[in-house]
Amino acid sequence: MSVKPKPYSIFSLARNALNYHQGWQKAWRNAEPKRDYEVVIVGGGGHGLATAYYLAKECGIRDVAVVEKGWLGGGNTGRNTTIVRSNYLWDESAGLYEHAMKLWEGLSTDLNYNVMFSQRGLLHLAHSVHDMQEIGRRGNAIYLNGIDSEFVTSQQVKEMVPFINLDCRYPVHGALLQKRGGTARHDAVAWGYARAADNLGVDIIQNCEVTGFQVEDSTVKGVETTRGRIGAKKVGCVVAGHCSVLAEMAGFRLPIESFPLQALVSEPVKPIIDCVVMSGAIHAYISQSDKGELVIGAGSDAYLSYSQRGGFDIIEHTVGPIIELYPIFSRLKMLRQWGGVVDVTVDRSPLISKTPVKNLFFNCGWGTGGFKATPGSGHVFAHSIKTGDMHPIAEPFSINRFNTGALIDEGAAAAVAH
Amino acid sequence: MKKQINRLEHDARLNRRKSIRFWFDNRAYEGYEGDTLASALLANGVHLVGRSFKYHRPRGIYTAGSEEPNALVQLEEKAYTEPNRRATEIEIYEGLIAHSQNCWPSCKLDIGIVNSWFSRILPAGFYYKTFMWPASFWMIYEKYIRKAAGLGRSPAEPDPHFYDKTYAHCDVLVIGGGPAGIQAAIAAGQTGCRVILADEKSEFGGMLLSENMLINGMPCHEWIESKTAELKTMSNIVLLNRTTVTGYYDYNFLVANQRVSEHLGPRVSVNSPKERLWKIRARQVVMATGAIERPLVFGDNDRPGIMLASAIRTYINRYSTLPGKNCVILTNNDSAYHAALDIADEGGQVSIIDVRTNPAGAMADSAASRGIRILANSTVAGVGYSRGRLRYLEAMELSDDGLEAVGKKQKLPCDLVGISGGWNPTIHLFSQSRGKLKFNENHHCFLAGRPSQDNPVILAGSCQATWFSRECMEEGHAAGCEAAKRAGFSADQQFDGVKTGQLEYSPQRPLWILPGGHPIGQGKTKHFHELHNDATIGDIHLAVREGYESVEHLKRYTTTGMGTDQGKTSNLNALAALSETRNLPIPELGVTTFRPPYTPLTMGSIVGHDCGDLFHQKRKTPMHPWHDQAHAVYEDVGDWKRPRYFSLGNEAMHAAVQRECRQVRQTGGLLDASTLGKIDLQGKDTRWLLNMLYTNAWDKLEIGRCRYGLMLNEHGMIFDDGVTTRIGENHYHMTTTTGGAVRVMSWIEEWLQTEWPNLEVYATSVTEQWAVASLSGPNAAEVLQELTDIPLDEESFPFMSMREGRVADIPARVFRISFTGELSYEINVPARHGLVLWEQLMESGRKFDICPYGTESMHVLRAEKGFIIVGQDTDGTVTPMDLGMDWIVSRKKQDFLGKRSFDRTDTSRSGRKQLVGLLTEDPEFVLPEGAHVVSELKSSPPMNMLGHVTSSYRSPNVGRSIAMALLKDGFNLKGQTLNVPLMNGTTQRVTVTDPVFLTGQ
Amino acid sequence: MLLIKCPWCGYRDQSEFSAQGEAHIARPVNPHELSEEQWGDYLFFRKNPKGVHYERWVHSHGCRRWFNVIRNTATDHIHATYRPDEPVPEFSDEETDQPA
Repeated sequence: MSVKPKPYSIFSLARNALNYHQGWQKAWRNAEPKRDYEVVIVGGGGHGLATAYYLAKECGIRDVAVVEKGWLGGGNTGRNTTIVRSNYLWDESAGLYEHAMKLWEGLSTDLNYNVMFSQRGLLHLAHSVHDMQEIGRRGNAIYLNGIDSEFVTSQQVKEMVPFINLDCRYPVHGALLQKRGGTARHDAVAWGYARAADNLGVDIIQNCEVTGFQVEDSTVKGVETTRGRIGAKKVGCVVAGHCSVLAEMAGFRLPIESFPLQALVSEPVKPIIDCVVMSGAIHAYISQSDKGELVIGAGSDAYLSYSQRGGFDIIEHTVGPIIELYPIFSRLKMLRQWGGVVDVTVDRSPLISKTPVKNLFFNCGWGTGGFKATPGSGHVFAHSIKTGDMHPIAEPFSINRFNTGALIDEGAAAAVAH
Repeated sequence: MKKQINRLEHDARLNRRKSIRFWFDNRAYEGYEGDTLASALLANGVHLVGRSFKYHRPRGIYTAGSEEPNALVQLEEKAYTEPNRRATEIEIYEGLIAHSQNCWPSCKLDIGIVNSWFSRILPAGFYYKTFMWPASFWMIYEKYIRKAAGLGRSPAEPDPHFYDKTYAHCDVLVIGGGPAGIQAAIAAGQTGCRVILADEKSEFGGMLLSENMLINGMPCHEWIESKTAELKTMSNIVLLNRTTVTGYYDYNFLVANQRVSEHLGPRVSVNSPKERLWKIRARQVVMATGAIERPLVFGDNDRPGIMLASAIRTYINRYSTLPGKNCVILTNNDSAYHAALDIADEGGQVSIIDVRTNPAGAMADSAASRGIRILANSTVAGVGYSRGRLRYLEAMELSDDGLEAVGKKQKLPCDLVGISGGWNPTIHLFSQSRGKLKFNENHHCFLAGRPSQDNPVILAGSCQATWFSRECMEEGHAAGCEAAKRAGFSADQQFDGVKTGQLEYSPQRPLWILPGGHPIGQGKTKHFHELHNDATIGDIHLAVREGYESVEHLKRYTTTGMGTDQGKTSNLNALAALSETRNLPIPELGVTTFRPPYTPLTMGSIVGHDCGDLFHQKRKTPMHPWHDQAHAVYEDVGDWKRPRYFSLGNEAMHAAVQRECRQVRQTGGLLDASTLGKIDLQGKDTRWLLNMLYTNAWDKLEIGRCRYGLMLNEHGMIFDDGVTTRIGENHYHMTTTTGGAVRVMSWIEEWLQTEWPNLEVYATSVTEQWAVASLSGPNAAEVLQELTDIPLDEESFPFMSMREGRVADIPARVFRISFTGELSYEINVPARHGLVLWEQLMESGRKFDICPYGTESMHVLRAEKGFIIVGQDTDGTVTPMDLGMDWIVSRKKQDFLGKRSFDRTDTSRSGRKQLVGLLTEDPEFVLPEGAHVVSELKSSPPMNMLGHVTSSYRSPNVGRSIAMALLKDGFNLKGQTLNVPLMNGTTQRVTVTDPVFLTGQ
Repeated sequence: MLLIKCPWCGYRDQSEFSAQGEAHIARPVNPHELSEEQWGDYLFFRKNPKGVHYERWVHSHGCRRWFNVIRNTATDHIHATYRPDEPVPEFSDEETDQPA
């Protein structure tokens, strides 16, 4: 067990400043793997670390290891566009993402780590009559699920984003606003959970890649890793884009495909856009980081790839709509583009599930939108691992839905016809 | 106006006859054609050009190229303004206006400097540790943090310029126009292959532009001119100067950005593109991208007046500027001695602080012979800076291990310091190409290792640590020949060779983080390894202390390398510091991935012409000009512009729709249905295919008859609908929804090509070949009969049949099908006759009082009859049974696409969402579409939802509001009264009914 | 940006093509004889390998024909392309399937 770290605060900062910050402790220990754990979590991203944290904090299971093949938060946690929202259509999704939202709202205090959760408001633009019907349906559903949801007119959009070009090729008809939506600092989420979990006794083991599962009588007994075998009574896999690779090691397949997803930032500028603006119809997602960069989400390539890179045409098709909607950004420059591997299900909803192997649990399929769910995902996954039965919020996201047909189709509702 | 106090006698690469006036921070200055903003400011004695990102420390010009981390300015004003432009890259033009950034009220007197006073409590990652109390206050803290961050300002007006974009294919792309690149391009060009030579600078020559050496007995600048002239004579070589290759993607796909007219100034260049994006697919790529000098890090190494030694050479030899009178060169290697020699040549005072214990060899000898003082085995322990100028350095001796400063301080007065820690090959693009980087212990830098399989790039020159021009040229020649050969050309020409002076360097001392009087990270001085984001060696120590020790954590925690310079001068020093702190060799630390773009890429350039009118096509039907004249208000449906309604005398939508709907049922109306998807299907197996595509049976459809069908995906969910007509024995005409046309066509092709390739079916999209006018209403037959001799009586032309003939003397197919429930004819004519047909129908319809109507009325009319719209009343989760359309699902067919899925547990269960009608208690209240019906009304949400209103209208023909909804177990709810709580807090009571509101014709 | 050899048109830029998922998944001949799990497997469950992947592409902005590609999803290297009616070609990891 680690020495209890001193809490972070302005006072600890000032105190440490006196000795040139020589006194800070490690945010988390670099643990050596033990022979056995009660629970091994595979994947040291936000979701995995959150799972470990809630296992230790709320489920009374502190004999937990998080094994990560690279460095913490190096996958999609550190590659996303940091948007947090809970404005989902279906009851099941609303339950899950709103559960996460409520945890976000106290997360910095809970972790004693400022994750810079910024509820700056999130606009979802509608560009056609059909879009208006879609946000009409979703907005009402969100409202009746007890989640904040407002319709705003195109003029109100203009007041929030004065330089927007409402009269673009697909004019802005109106928007759905979630005031509680916003952004958070993605790296801080991984680091904050890691520190807090470590503080509760969780072993965080980086540079430790899982190479196989030890399975006896269809029951998982541990994982084989590049740093040797680690025994475990229960194993939870939270590895996003690589979930199919692990599933294959365990001997089953998933209803998931892994695609490249790209994002880009502009060079930093003084505050210019104060909320998150999403436009599904013409595919333009934008917000501004605290550092001043415009953070822009690009589309996904349609082919499988684990290479964490995508085509330049995607970048062109991403910047095009941004400039169409916000012509003043034309002279700004793209500073950096990057790619991640997203694990996509056919219904665009995650998979939080038991598997054909007993005591082996998977949490994956978050596709392009996992970051926002991080606390909720970890929370319900931890409770599911503890009891062996899926948490009620997680239950509908079981793998069985792909056989029974009970999909939670967040993609279908946006279909266009007539 | 100030005199150009630092300007030298010789012309260098400037046009001294053309003087240019420009403004920086509201003061006028003069420079010459050929100057950059940086060189012109330095010539005028201006060092202080900006304030740093975090601590607002005064900052100067640090480099002479695109690696500049410091001298970022706000270029121009109003609509022309651009933030964060590197002064070292801006070519000056008459009237240029630039401002320093991130400072208020001025660069010299900046309030933000208070951050610097509190810098001790603002180490790396301080924000993660505080601003958490009270919890709700983060949004307030954040507001101030955001204001303090950022750098320059975004323009606030649309861009007055335009951008161009082009594709290019070549046999050999040569990146970098220095000595290696020039020779590579010439060698490849001589074989006759197509060559593109791209260089980011305004002229070719690379580092030779910063030199004063002799090549073949002539000054190197003359050699550049002769080679450039030679290149220009070769018609198979495309020369792209001012062009930065920013991205290296797979299979030798590269992106380059050409700054076409920026150097002319924004006001004179609005008629030519500002920039042009080149998308190049190269057979072979030669990288001759050179190297960037690596700085040394010491306390307060960020003071204005401290710059790379090579930058001083560039300012002297290229820009005829010696940025100081009294100079110190601080180095760990021989290359910086050239700078000292150049300074001495120009009459400047110069001394050298060399961290090497005993600098010896040719370079040290020549410095000594010029009387240049060399302080060996020394470090810098202090920097004197006041009133905007560098005043002195304090030198101390190094301990034997190089980790401490010892002995007495020695004050060296100076106003310019050139620093050099050796060179880093510019291998960013190589890394982008998935090539592996390898750390080289001899050169103490990363070099290109194995190229990736699909991007077999060839390197030449200093980007692979070949430091001397002659060898660079030889390598360039060899690389050009090799690339041409690989591209299939015969290249066996010999290199003529060049004569240059013989140079030899003694080894460098691998020491970059220089100790001073205090342990690094303590005391008042800051050791900046990363100037752009104000990251210090102390920050690295802190990061490691706190466990952020992997390279990626370090980068993110300290923000090293995340600035607009992407760490070109800082990354390796950060690694060196990390290596020292963790006591691990650099190769074991790994290296972060270089990501595109190499330098920031203008978003306008990425977009090119694909904005405004060219953003996305607008599809218009042949009748569109008529609609325009009839005051149509349009709706975007997919790419199509469809009339939503026709506004008579400024009617608002509601009034227009009520009028149109009434008139269609009373007399008649005409709808432009040209946008519906149309697919021509021919071949003997077409019927078999239709049986698989649709839920109903197609075996008995006779020639000339039409049938409605629902198309499902394999999940059993409806994804399109439409009417298909049998035109001939093996010939069918299929219609789809407007938005679904492409999807259905792909769906058919997919099955035909991949699953059932033996079927003889030919599918052709004919959506744009046919214009369609849908004539509907009691008078439809009379109107049509005026224009055709096709018999329209019930017996000869029954419902759900098709007749071919002439309408308005145009060959036509007329379908008697209806989406309004009225007598309707869908008249299809070749698209080029669509407008005439429409005009003739309107003309003939005048005496029968028909009106044009739009999509909104179409929606109301079909809803009155209970007809669905796929995508509005369905959403991809709806089966035919959910719509109560069991009648359209064949019980006899063994198989059709989606059938198996009906039997799945969830699809076959009872209580699914089902389509019903809703009537509001208040007949005039129109429910908002998307409103939800709840099972039990509560005083506030959450409430249990049964489903949502899919369609809702005021129906003039029913005389009240009508709505359709998908409700859980909806069929069993019929007759019940339920509640619809609205977002404004009110509730509507509704009765569940059949979704058919108007029966009979 | 991949460079893909359409079996009919030759090497073309990736932007002319659309990826269409895993290849060689035959539609069951008698779907009604399949269990719910077997049918679900056909509909949704995929190999999704990190490594060699047999996949379908269509030359959507060209000849509009479908064909198969063997591509390594870890490196994006294309080993071979072939028509739906051709046997699966043999390939070696060393080979580069590129224009000369």
